[in-house]
Amino acid sequence: MKCVEVSKELIAYLDRRANSADRAVVEAHLKDCAACRARAEDFRKLWNLLDELPVHEPSFGFDARLRQRIAAEGRPRWFAWLVPQPRLAFSVALLVALSVWMWRLPQENIPTSAQSEEEQFQVIKDLGVLENYDVLSKSDVLSELPPMTAPQPAPEEKESQKGDGG
Amino acid sequence: MMLDVKAGDEASFDLLLKKYRTPLVNFLYRMVRDSATAEDLAQEVFLRVYRARQKYSPSAKFTTWMFRIATNLALNSVRDNRHRRMQMSLDAPAEEDETPIQVPTREMRIDEHLVERDRAQFIHKAIAALPEKQRLAVLLHKYEEMDYGEIAKILECSESALKSLLFRAYETLRVQLAPLVGQTVAHRAGEGRTP
Repeated sequence: MKCVEVSKELIAYLDRRANSADRAVVEAHLKDCAACRARAEDFRKLWNLLDELPVHEPSFGFDARLRQRIAAEGRPRWFAWLVPQPRLAFSVALLVALSVWMWRLPQENIPTSAQSEEEQFQVIKDLGVLENYDVLSKSDVLSELPPMTAPQPAPEEKESQKGDGG
Repeated sequence: MMLDVKAGDEASFDLLLKKYRTPLVNFLYRMVRDSATAEDLAQEVFLRVYRARQKYSPSAKFTTWMFRIATNLALNSVRDNRHRRMQMSLDAPAEEDETPIQVPTREMRIDEHLVERDRAQFIHKAIAALPEKQRLAVLLHKYEEMDYGEIAKILECSESALKSLLFRAYETLRVQLAPLVGQTVAHRAGEGRTP
């Protein structure tokens, strides 16, 4: 096995966490490779050196400060009821946004009450005639009428006719 | 123990605090290199553990979970700090920590010049100079003595990648600390000797 391949398992071998198969491979390589043997020895010395780093203890008031913070978290705040729940806040915001959007829609697209009344009248004005069975059953007579061949009166004549009638 | 905390046993949280405060502060100090920041971050870790006690499920080891929180906080702090420093004027005088590592030569006879504190400072700086992930791997492996599976979970990498990471980190430290590595045996042998 090459040095590069062994290097990956070298640390686990040195800290005795390698499995038996990897251990055997590394041991076999170290027997033949002086460079890796020297490196392994250096790593052992390095770990001894790293042990010299002093332990950094927490300060005296560490526990007391932490308990204060925990106690402060547990205490109910007087304004807690004012803080909205995230889901509720989102729903309200969505509702407000929708309302604003609806309100800002162009007014002409929305039918006014006057318009709708006129449309309704147009629909229902002939309803009585259309629903009258006698009218509908006798409408065949209309087909026997001769076609209108007489010329349409001129607009001036129409006006004079209207004047006479009034 | 965490399951007892979940059940509402405050005494178990005290035990947890007693057991892990030193390793946690130690770990964070070695990451951020500032006592006050390390303590603040450690408190934040314990607070988050306390807040999450009701939702805790023992799917992973407690230490893995706790050190994962600590690692994320430490990395955020280190990055924020770096960002702040980048925004500082280039004319400002460099902080003491910013001085580059000066490797003493073997001819200087290090033991004569470096006292215990300086050696520790030297080691500190060498570890701090490692890339973030390598530094975390070394701290969790060497000082917290975690197994590879745990460290891999905390660093979100495979065990195989972790082994490569550790090798590269220790190889860098071996080179950086070469003058001290050679002196370790002599230094230790001389510890009990009277002058």
